[in-house]
Amino acid sequence: MADDREIAEVFQRESGRAVATLVRRFGDIDVAEEAVQEAFVEAIRRWPSGGIPPSPAGWIITTAKNRAIDRLRRESRRDDKQSEAMRLRDRDEPEEIEIVEDDQLRLIFTCCHPALAVSAQVALTMKLIAGLGTDEIARAFLVPETTMAQRLVRAKRKIKAANIPYRIPGDAELPNRLKPVLAVIYLVYNEGHTATTGDQLIRHDVSSEALRLAHLLADLMPDEPEVIGLLALMLLTEARRLARTGRDGELVRLPDQDRGLWDRALIAEGQDLVRACLRRNRPGPYQIQAAIAAVHADGRSPDETDWAQIVALYDQLFQFVPTPVVELNRAIAVAESGDVAGALDTVEKLGLDGYHLYHATRGDLLERLGRDADAADAFASAVELTGNEAEKRHLLDREARLR
Amino acid sequence: MSQYLMSVYYDEADETPSDEVIQEMYADVEALNQKMRDSGVWVFAGGLHTPDTATVVRSQDGEILTTDGPFPEAKEQIGGFWVIEADNLDSALDWASQATIACRGPVEVRPFQDEPEA
Repeated sequence: MADDREIAEVFQRESGRAVATLVRRFGDIDVAEEAVQEAFVEAIRRWPSGGIPPSPAGWIITTAKNRAIDRLRRESRRDDKQSEAMRLRDRDEPEEIEIVEDDQLRLIFTCCHPALAVSAQVALTMKLIAGLGTDEIARAFLVPETTMAQRLVRAKRKIKAANIPYRIPGDAELPNRLKPVLAVIYLVYNEGHTATTGDQLIRHDVSSEALRLAHLLADLMPDEPEVIGLLALMLLTEARRLARTGRDGELVRLPDQDRGLWDRALIAEGQDLVRACLRRNRPGPYQIQAAIAAVHADGRSPDETDWAQIVALYDQLFQFVPTPVVELNRAIAVAESGDVAGALDTVEKLGLDGYHLYHATRGDLLERLGRDADAADAFASAVELTGNEAEKRHLLDREARLR
Repeated sequence: MSQYLMSVYYDEADETPSDEVIQEMYADVEALNQKMRDSGVWVFAGGLHTPDTATVVRSQDGEILTTDGPFPEAKEQIGGFWVIEADNLDSALDWASQATIACRGPVEVRPFQDEPEA
């Protein structure tokens, strides 16, 4: 016996693989999606009495494949394209469609192709790989459902028109092609971790989808250190989730967090991965950021944190990502290791005027140096620039205490 | 197989390169053209005269109106183009990477619509 909710859960879990397999088989995303949707309707009709089949993925794929073939035959008859119908007949009869793990990886690289805008990459990945509905993705990114639907339609049209292939890039291309894949997953995670707009600081549904994608990618590409690094970074960040907000949803900064609330199991998992990365000795920006998070996780309090190690890791990160944001974070570690004035010197030279965390960091350093009025002004500038209500409340609070 | 237009853009405000640089560029582009012909992707290619040599013709209220060009009022203009036939976008982008090096300018890759079926 199975009810509709159970069936919907099975489909959300399995639809990514099913769509990927059907895209390989039919070379068309729309055909694959619609066929899986039809299989879902069929399951709603049949599973409640017959029960969930022993291999739901296999059942979905076989059913969807048959639906797709039926539909393409009907359409080719209508269009009088006999050759197409013949081709389909020749191809499908003896073949039992098998699940190939690489199918999903192929489709991830299609979704995150650099020819697509980042917003389109994110939307496609959430839809085709994570198996979320258009309405859910729209809600996750706080845009109207019609906007998200249009974004998806346009992206799929480009894939078709420009003939973006379903393939795993060769070794020479891989480093460049992997970058947007990792960036999309991390972006989705961060959107959940600190929602850019809205009332809540953390939207857990969004970050847990991103974690699922990171686990999937790590399963598919276990030999890519940056893939493992990204998963480790996300696990170690996720470990602090409960400690990041207070009772009323307000933001709690790292030094003020109750470390007893950190998830020790997630930390252990993340740190194991970081150690595995270190053994490989093929460092990259995600691995280094994970290592920084791992050092934080080792400290039982801010005072017992190995800040010198963290400064050194930021230096290493700067080699890969020479940006003012990395310098800003390095300066915070420098301040924590004792040199607050030196840190402020560095920060003031960064010119990150449009970035709220630049002003928040300046405010924090100025406050520690006893320059309360300047600090309050800096927090006020930060308030202007953040769209997240929980962050805004935190900054307003700090400003008010200094006035 | 898909056909792609690879347009080479340049900024009109940019200084005209020296004759030496232009000669090198011609040689590199010709070498790439030959490579494209040898591998079977080459359909057509050509360099264009400067945009001020263009003429625009349009039909307006049943009359033909002829004016001096170019049509787009952008500072970036097309300097030349290739038409290639490639397996897919990744393959086209690989050729575009070689094209942007050879012609020293950004290359836009745009797919042709399929020919209507007979």
